[in-house]
This record gives sequence, C-alpha cells and structure tokens, in this order.
Amino acid sequence: MKPKILVALAGNPNSGKTTIFNALTGARQHVGNYPGVTVERKEGFCRHGDTDIQVVDLPGIYSLTAYSAEELTARNFIINERPDVVVDIIDASNLERNLYLTVQLKELDVHLVLVFNMSDMAKARGYEFDMETLAHLFGARIVPTVAHKGTGMKELLEAIVETATEGAQKADQTRETPSTIKLTSKASIRGPYDKVPPIHYGKEIEEEIAKLEALIMADKSIAGNHDARWLAVKLLENDKELRAAAASAEINNQIERSVSHIEKVMGEPPETAIASARYGFISGACQQAVRSTIEIRHTISDRIDSVVTNRILGLPIFLGLMYLVFHLTFTLGEPPMGWIEGMFGWLGEVVKGWWPEGSESVLKSLLADGIIAGVGGVIVFLPNILLLFLAIAILEDTGYMARAAFIVDRLMHKIGLHGKSFIPMLIGFGCSVPAIMATRTLENQRDRLTTMLVIPLMSCGARLPIYALIIPAFFPETLHAPMLWIIYVIGIVLAVISAKVLRSYVLKGESVPFVMELPPYRMPTLKGVLIHMWERSWLYLKKAGTIILGISILLWAMTTFPSLSDEEAARFATARQAIKAGNTGEEEKAERLSAVDNEEKETALQSSIAGRVGRVMEPILKPMGFDWKIGTALIGAFAAKEVFVAQLGIVYSLGKADETSETLREQLRNTYTPLVGFCIMLFCLISAPCMATIAITKKESNSWRWALFQLGGLTILAYVLTVLVYQAGTILGIGID
Amino acid sequence: MPLTIVQAGRRVRFVAVNAGHSLQGRLASMGLVPGVEIEVLRNSPHGPFLIAVKGSRIMLGRGMAHQIVVE
Repeated sequence: MKPKILVALAGNPNSGKTTIFNALTGARQHVGNYPGVTVERKEGFCRHGDTDIQVVDLPGIYSLTAYSAEELTARNFIINERPDVVVDIIDASNLERNLYLTVQLKELDVHLVLVFNMSDMAKARGYEFDMETLAHLFGARIVPTVAHKGTGMKELLEAIVETATEGAQKADQTRETPSTIKLTSKASIRGPYDKVPPIHYGKEIEEEIAKLEALIMADKSIAGNHDARWLAVKLLENDKELRAAAASAEINNQIERSVSHIEKVMGEPPETAIASARYGFISGACQQAVRSTIEIRHTISDRIDSVVTNRILGLPIFLGLMYLVFHLTFTLGEPPMGWIEGMFGWLGEVVKGWWPEGSESVLKSLLADGIIAGVGGVIVFLPNILLLFLAIAILEDTGYMARAAFIVDRLMHKIGLHGKSFIPMLIGFGCSVPAIMATRTLENQRDRLTTMLVIPLMSCGARLPIYALIIPAFFPETLHAPMLWIIYVIGIVLAVISAKVLRSYVLKGESVPFVMELPPYRMPTLKGVLIHMWERSWLYLKKAGTIILGISILLWAMTTFPSLSDEEAARFATARQAIKAGNTGEEEKAERLSAVDNEEKETALQSSIAGRVGRVMEPILKPMGFDWKIGTALIGAFAAKEVFVAQLGIVYSLGKADETSETLREQLRNTYTPLVGFCIMLFCLISAPCMATIAITKKESNSWRWALFQLGGLTILAYVLTVLVYQAGTILGIGID
Repeated sequence: MPLTIVQAGRRVRFVAVNAGHSLQGRLASMGLVPGVEIEVLRNSPHGPFLIAVKGSRIMLGRGMAHQIVVE
C-alpha cells in the first residue's frame, strides 16, 4: 500500500507561501504581494519517492485567532482535518513577526516543518541563523529555501515525509504503550519531531489557565474536541468562536473572573498579555539563535516609497500609472481584437457554408447567429481583459497595490469605503465578476458589501462595444474621446455617491480602522504574473463558455420563434416573385429584393417572443426615449452587456452586426436623436448588472437579498436618471435634431 | 502620548491601544505588543501613518494611530 500524506501550508501574507505551493505542486495558483490574496483553499498533489502527498494551501494569516475569516478557515482546517504535517512558511528576513504564527501552530500540537523562505535575502540583509538551536526550540525540522528559484524543494519534501513518518510512529506508540513515549530525536537531519514544552505565560496567567483547564477536563462534551490547555488559552484570549462553541455557564463565569483578574493584576487585557508572552519567547529564541550583522532590510523599499507614496507626488504617480494601464490595455488590445473578430466571422461563414445557399435551416441559424455570434462577441474582449489583468498582476506582485491602497485610503474614507476597496473597483473596469471576488480582501462585512454593490458602476469591458457603436453614430469625431470619458466618469461619480448613501443609510456603522502591512517591493516572477493574470481572465472566459452560451441560445430562440405564419411567408414569397418577374434592371431588382427581405425579418421579429416582450415594455421605456426595438436589445443586455449590440443588429434586420458596423450606425442615426443615443449609453452603464454579476454577488454575499437589492437598486437608479436626462434634454432642446 | 504626535524618524515604545479586543489582538499578531519598539517612518498631517515594527512596515489610518499610546 502506498502511503499518502496530507500537508497544509501555513504562513504570513507575503511569506512566499503561494510560490512554494506552485513549486511543489506545479498547480496554477495566484501569487500576490497584496496581503491576504489567497482566501480559498487550494489543493495540489505531488510525489516524493513512493509517497503521495496532498498539499493544501491555507490562506495567509498572522495568527490563529478568529479575527478574520482567513484565520478561522486556516485554524478550522488544521483542527478538523488534522493534516499529517503542517508546513509553516516563514519569511526569514522578517523572522520575529513570522514566528508568532509558528508558536501558535506549535501550541496546537501539530507536526510542524518550518521553511525559512527567502533565505538568500535574509543572508543579504545580514542575518545568520543557528538552525540547530532553532530546530530544538521549536521542535521542528527547518528547511531553508529560495522559493522563486526552486531551491530547497527536494529537502522540503524529504522533511515532510520524515516528519509524517515520525508523527505516525509516535501516534502508534501512544496507542500501544501510552506511558512509554520515546521521542526519536536523533533520527533527524535538522531537528527532532518533538513536543516542545508549551510557552510559559507567567504565574498570573498560568494560574487562570490551570483553573480553566480543570473545568474543561471535567466537561466531557468539550474536552474531547480540543486540547484542554490550548482551549483554555484561547478562551482567555476571548476567542469568540470557541467561546460560542465550547463554553458552559460555569466556564463562562470562570472566564469573566480570570479576565478581570488578569486585567487588574497585569494592567492589560489577557489577549495582549498572552501575545506579549509569545513574543517574549520568540525574542528569547532569536537572541539565542539569530545573529544580525547589519540592518538593511527595507532600505531600497523605503527609498522607493519615499517617492511613490510621497504626499505631493503620490497621487499624481498613482493617477499616471492608472492612465498608463488603461491606455496600454486599449491600444495594445486593438489588433488582437481585430484578429479574433475576423476569426469568428470566418467561422460563422464556414458553418453557414455547410448548408446549400438560400436554405433556411433552424440549425444553421442557431449555430451561426446564435452560438458563434454570441460567444464570439464576448471572446473579442479577451485581449483587453488579459492586458488589464496582466497590468494589475504586475502592480500586485511588485507590491505597488498595497501602496495604492495607502494613497487612496484618505479619499476612499471620505466616501465611506476603505483603501482596500480600491483594487476590486479597479478590476471592475475589466469585468465585475473577478472584481466582486476580489472584495474578499476586505475584512469588514459592511465595507465588503458596499464595495460589491457599487462595483457594477465601474464601466466594465463588456459595455465598451455599446459606446463604440453609439458614439460614432451620433457624435462628431472631436467629441468621441470626451464622450467616452464622460461615460466612465459618470459611472465613477455614481459609484462614489452610491457608496456614500449605502454607508450612511443601509450599511451603517464605523468603517474598520485601516491597518495593513506594506510588503517590501519585489521583482515579480514571470510565472507568478502569468498565473495571476490567467486566473482572473479564466473567470471571464468561463462566463463566455457557460452563461453567455446559454443566453445566446435563449435569445436566439426568443427572436426566432414563433416564426412567421404560412400566410405571411407566402405573402413575402409572392412579393419576391413579383419583383423577379418584373422588367426592371438587375440592380434595382436586387435592391427591392433586399428591401422585401428586411421587411420580412422585421415582421418576423415583431411577432417573435422578444418582439412581443419589447412591445409590452414600450410604454415603460417611452419616457427614456426608447422604442420597442431598443427594449428588445435591452433584454439581451441583461444577459450580458455586450449582447446589446448584436441584438440591435438582429432587431434592425441586418443579420449580424458589431460595434464597427456602419450600416447599423446609419440606421440608428436615421431613427434616433443624439439625445436618445446618450440615454442608451447612460442606461446601459447603470442598469441591471449582467446575470453573471448577479450570480456572483449572490454567491459572495451569501444571500439573494443583496443580489436582488443590487439588481433592483441599479435598475431603478438607471431608469430615474435616464428619464430625467431625456426629459430635460427634450425640454431644453439639447441633442434632438 | 498618542502616536500621532511622534515625528517621523523617531523611535518610541508601544504601550497600549485604545480599541476593541479584536483589534488589539489583530495589532498584537502583527507585532504591536507592549514594549515593542516602533519607528515612525511617515507622519504627514492628514494622510495615513507608516511605522516599522519588528522588521515589517505597517500602515495605519490616522484615526487608528491616534488611539495608540507610546512612550
């Protein structure tokens, strides 16, 4: 039988945990420099010798308390799933702070392997470690690594397997002869697997721990689940989760007494006293085993920061970078967009070619007009999305994003948001779906919900084709760029106002004080940046492959069925016959024939489901200046914003259309006023986020209530504003000729 | 004295923070425990606050920094 080991990777944010996970498993995973980026549980597999190893990447945490969802997730995993080995990844150049988590892992009595990552940087910064002593103090093997170069991975695997084997042996011994546990301390390379004596918290605290421990041991329902001493310490630390889960009235009373006793005697609450004791232990260990020859950590980072986060230069540099990101996204993205467009056009033609010319097959129409056109319309934006996410990945992996949060924090606080809200909002310009997922870095639920709710107001990449169609149709060349700019700014301004309103009336409460680590600047690795970019883009592509594919088919069906009655079809056939038989010139014949074709398509559309729904909606849409045709296209926009353009093309009987379609623009110009054009853009900007957004809001907020609130709120806002603009414009006579 | 009146470049000792228990614990896990040495790196009138603690850089909102007592 082949042995199998379950390994959990734990460590502080920015310790290089994710890089090690990638190096071990080769899995696609996100590497970020922004604290707390990995929130989900990620798994991978690897082999060492004949041992299969399952690796779980825990979220980056500072501690094992219940302050944040990440810490709780990590802790619950270790307690409930009992991994054979916990690998604690430590940034060796920032040892003391990183060892705080190690101490707590040790208190949980897990089988620990310590990884001193970035050991090269630690060396460069003048640190020298006495590995033997450290290994004995922490009772764990220590492996120095340089993860981004892949150094030390083999040794790490070896240490994992050995520690797991020893752990298993020890467990067996405990089971058979509990009284004679022999620790195999000599069998190791760098340190024994050993039960290190737990930290001594000092007389006052130890006394209270003992009292609680006794009560816990006496209570059978609690004692079985956790180590009694560990639980006692956690209860003294006022751990909300454990207090709710594991405290009887008796224990609760004791906690109250102990806490007030410690506060009285020591002059500080037990949480702080306990944390101090842990740091005291770490300081002692470091004094014994770490020699620091020079102190140069952060010097380069500090120098960069003195410019980048400068009070005067900070904001201009930030805005300049953002401008660069968007400029590059759109200019570099243009050529590949053309290629993709061409490819889908060609694909559509090829598919149509499978049927003899002139035949009207439902399947042909479904494939070419429904699926290929629909999905193609989304994939066209992939270059933009990839570039935007690439830029964000670079900014994140270098560590700049944390600085950006620092720079905009003051601004964001004014609107009731958090500096960290800014990154999800930036991603929102690409696609709302990964943006809403990125709100997980916000610890406070109110901050997170507010950010989530306003994200759709950041004009996403999918709305761009609507503007690209409308703006050139109604506005002179000189106004193109300002118009686009105005639309984006309207979105941002509305997001700011909405956030303020939400925080003042709906999600009231203090904003969480801003505390965040600024990681040192780092050269991003190509692999890391690419993985990072791909993970977010994949969410977008998945949307194209699943939701949009389904919606395309549905919309196609709605605009195709019910088809024309036999009588109607016969009437058009007769009309065509008449033209063909007539004695006009060939050119005029063709023209009149296509006129009949268009009329037939329009009649067909009117009688289809989509046409009927559009007509029913018309009275509601009238105050915004929209007719039933726009209404039909708006149904498509709800599925996915980019569908609006294709749908308008179908409505105008032009077969397929895209945002560069001149004929469609001409049609629009002839039918609507520039005011209506503007209102279309305004409505599409604000109204109902697409279905994928609603689905992800539901998932991330864990309630339909917020998803529907977002949908309803934004749609009402869009309606009210568009009606106002249209009515005001009409009365004032702006843009109506 | 509150941390906010400490000028950039000065080193002080952390005494306590006037905050809820969970925030105290959070700061403690990031290295802010009584007695620890803090170096103030940035203290500009209205912007956030930057300190160095145990080899890492931590950024604090102004309101937060005001609640921190140092000596």
